Amino acid sequence: MKPEERVEERNPIEDFLRMDRIPHIWCPGCGIGTVVTSFAEAMKKSELDLDKVAVVSGIGCTGRVAGYVKFDSFHTTHGRAIPFATGLKLANPELKVVVFSGDGDIAGIGGNHFIHAARRNMDILVICVNNFNYAMTGGQVAATTPLTANLSTAPFGNFEYPFNLAYLADACGATYVARWTSLHIRRVTKSIQEALAKRGFSFIEVITPCVTLYARRNRLGDGLNLLKYYYDKSEMKHGADTRTVDIDFQGKIIVGKFVDKDKPTFLECMNTHLQKTLGDKYVPYGVKP
Amino acid sequence: MNEIRFSGYGGQGIIRCGLITGKAVSLFDNKFGTMTQSFGPEARGSACSSQVVISEDRVLYPYITRPEILVSMSQDAYEKYEPELRADGILIYDTDLVRLKPLRAQIKVYGVPSTRFAEEMGNRIFANLVMLGFFTGISQVVSAEAMKKALPGLVPKRFLELNIRAFEKGYDYGIELLAKEKQEAQKEAKPPEKPPLPEAKKTPPRKAKQ
Amino acid sequence: MKPAVRTGSHYITGDVACAEGAIAAGCRFFGAYPITPATEVAEHMAERLPDVGGTFIQMEDEIAAIASILGASWTGVKTMTATSGPGFSLMMENLGLGVCTETPCVIVNVQRTGPSTGLPTQTGQGDMMQARWGSHGDYELIAIAPSSPQDCFYHTILAFNLSEKYRVPVLVMADEIVGHMSEKVVIPDAKEITLVSRPKPKGRKDRFRLYEPGPNGVAPMPAIGEGYNVHVTGLTHDERGYPSMTVEAQEQMMARLKGKIRNNLDDIIHTEEYLMEDADIVIVSYGISVRTGLTAVDEARKLGYKAGLFRLITVWPFPEGRIKALAKKVKAFVVPELNLGQIRREVERCAFGRAPAIGVPHCGGWVHDPDDILKTIKEAAR
Ligand SMILES: Cc1ncc(C[n+]2csc(CCOP(=O)(O)OP(=O)(O)O)c2C)c(N)n1
Ligand code: SF4
Ligand SMILES: [Mg+2]
Repeated sequence: MKPEERVEERNPIEDFLRMDRIPHIWCPGCGIGTVVTSFAEAMKKSELDLDKVAVVSGIGCTGRVAGYVKFDSFHTTHGRAIPFATGLKLANPELKVVVFSGDGDIAGIGGNHFIHAARRNMDILVICVNNFNYAMTGGQVAATTPLTANLSTAPFGNFEYPFNLAYLADACGATYVARWTSLHIRRVTKSIQEALAKRGFSFIEVITPCVTLYARRNRLGDGLNLLKYYYDKSEMKHGADTRTVDIDFQGKIIVGKFVDKDKPTFLECMNTHLQKTLGDKYVPYGVKP
Repeated sequence: MNEIRFSGYGGQGIIRCGLITGKAVSLFDNKFGTMTQSFGPEARGSACSSQVVISEDRVLYPYITRPEILVSMSQDAYEKYEPELRADGILIYDTDLVRLKPLRAQIKVYGVPSTRFAEEMGNRIFANLVMLGFFTGISQVVSAEAMKKALPGLVPKRFLELNIRAFEKGYDYGIELLAKEKQEAQKEAKPPEKPPLPEAKKTPPRKAKQ
Repeated sequence: MKPAVRTGSHYITGDVACAEGAIAAGCRFFGAYPITPATEVAEHMAERLPDVGGTFIQMEDEIAAIASILGASWTGVKTMTATSGPGFSLMMENLGLGVCTETPCVIVNVQRTGPSTGLPTQTGQGDMMQARWGSHGDYELIAIAPSSPQDCFYHTILAFNLSEKYRVPVLVMADEIVGHMSEKVVIPDAKEITLVSRPKPKGRKDRFRLYEPGPNGVAPMPAIGEGYNVHVTGLTHDERGYPSMTVEAQEQMMARLKGKIRNNLDDIIHTEEYLMEDADIVIVSYGISVRTGLTAVDEARKLGYKAGLFRLITVWPFPEGRIKALAKKVKAFVVPELNLGQIRREVERCAFGRAPAIGVPHCGGWVHDPDDILKTIKEAAR
């Protein structure tokens, strides 16, 4: 077949990626790309005005996501994606704002912003790629590292209790909380779709393999071995009590949609309250007449 | 240039006194008035104060250095700030709340039962306005009209009338007192009754913390 | 909605005047965290923004506060935060993000005394070098120092205008006294206030390049949601805004970041001169120290000294050219400031040994005694 005769094989999700920036920087077998694919798939299926979608990342391997998605996208500072996103959303309530970042970014250095955005029910979607370590900096122990896992700054194994992110989000008031692994491609897509259709603080945690650091250091094999682990050990439990979904080293991973509820968002609370206290002279904010 | 310190305890509206005076001279008397107040732990103590510098020209140095007028509405404040009063300064005080100590010779002293007057009007919260009126009458550094014009926005709307009445009560009392003083001065040009006392305390240097 | 510009004469604090200036300048998003002596800016914004169709949010800390205003700015809205020493320190990393991504915003620092918690309720000017160099890396930004509540009003508008025009964070370096004192502030008619907005892109969206400089070196800035699909990063980036990890890309980016400021100094640098025609002793001062400086100059003149005052309204970028020129003809510079000589060193650098730059050191907590400045003038004249 002559080149000009070849049917252009173009993946439809390419419309949602900055193809001029490919190849990406992620290691072969890394799970981050899979989550991006799920995200692009969700965007493809969504009815949203894509010009009104903004993606915000912090810093890290996952933080690079903002650079590859073809939306208005921001690669900010380590841990500060959520407050940056808060500004975007509040200054232009028409936007759908998605934060896409790592576990260290969101729950370590940015933990304070995470709990407060959830508490306020800020209308943003947070997708957290949890690879159990600080990957970008070479595999250090994180706030999500399971007990006993070995990392460069926990050379004798981790002895700090890790966060159960789903429980944290739930306890702080998130209105949508789900956890999947990067094996659950379609589930992740569906969760993203569901969360985007909602108003309020949504949190989707995706357990993904960091083959180069976490897996290698703990002798867990390659990407396939990790997906096999996810396959063997993940257990779907929709509506599970988030207090019961801790993750032990190479132990069971409870996945599913844990929380899906409705309550007024920060902006809705602000508008209702100010209308009540200030009366007619208050013009509701961000509401099209 | 005039330097004024209002002093009392927290809750008496001492900061308000400074604000009203500063606003009155700046917006309605065509002068310059810079008002500062103490903040923080200092402001939470028993002696609370606000300062106003009034001048025909723009005020550069923002603080009072040696006030010529001290308004005291509490014993603590009086004792704390009296020493810095200029040797020929004016002391204005609430006669029920401040017990005077022997004073330096040239200091002029004027008292008003501002809290009692306010209570007679129905609420002691108006005491600061009685005092402001009295201060305006005695000191003559700001016009009564300007002071009254400065009130809206600085006192609650629903109490504006009462505040004006409280102000006028104090003002009239002050004017009467001045008139009486003048009469007496004309009647007998005799020496002051109290023997002059030595300077109570050295006035603090200019950059003393207030 | 109420009118944004409260035309008329007011008797307000510098903090409130800053907030009114911001609103008059078109600021419609404010995110902050309370801290003495800047809290009143936040309090006033919280009360005023609902009046004019804006949003206020008290964030969980100053890092979040500055992050939120950077984000908000990309929607095309004018944004501000206000803080003091400890909060200013927390903001430094994202200040750099603002500079690197060329995000217009205004940061008010009502300075108090440091280091650390210092004298929280008392004045200082110890953050001047932090304002210039506090974030890591090499960069340019703009800092302005008001001396009175009236200045707070106008200088906040100036800060917004410069920030929008040059796409750079602008710092309003006030201090506790200026922030907390009450004075008359005249707010003019809305139509007498000149407002500048960031340059907007024209032409085809698919050909748009995020950091392609316009005529004055500043790239037009689209708003998020307009369909430009921009990528904004704090990594070294090329004109498209894409990360580019090369020495050349770094050089190009730095040239643009620096150039847009350094090539427009005449427009950016605002100064004032008082009795400078024949002055041979020149006080260089900014912020609250201008007032004590002027008092000292008046006293010195009465005593026959040829003293004058050179006031920095724009402190950064530093008016090097003017100091250099002055250094050739004056006998000495006297630099009173509420720190141990931060701007004095700048003056000394620019004077290049042609005239001494003598400090009037003060650790903060209070203003200078004008007599101390006068004494230094006398010594300098000797
Ligand atoms: C203030 C700050 N501290 C430290 C770093 C260095 N750093 C970059 S990425 C990273 C950790 C990233 O971990 P995570 O968010 O889990 O992302 P991952 O790389 O694992 O996807 C750290 C510590 C930084 N960029 N900024
Ligand atoms: S280091 Fe780990 S997380 Fe980062 S790209 Fe490689 S595999 Fe992925
Ligand atoms: Mg990680």
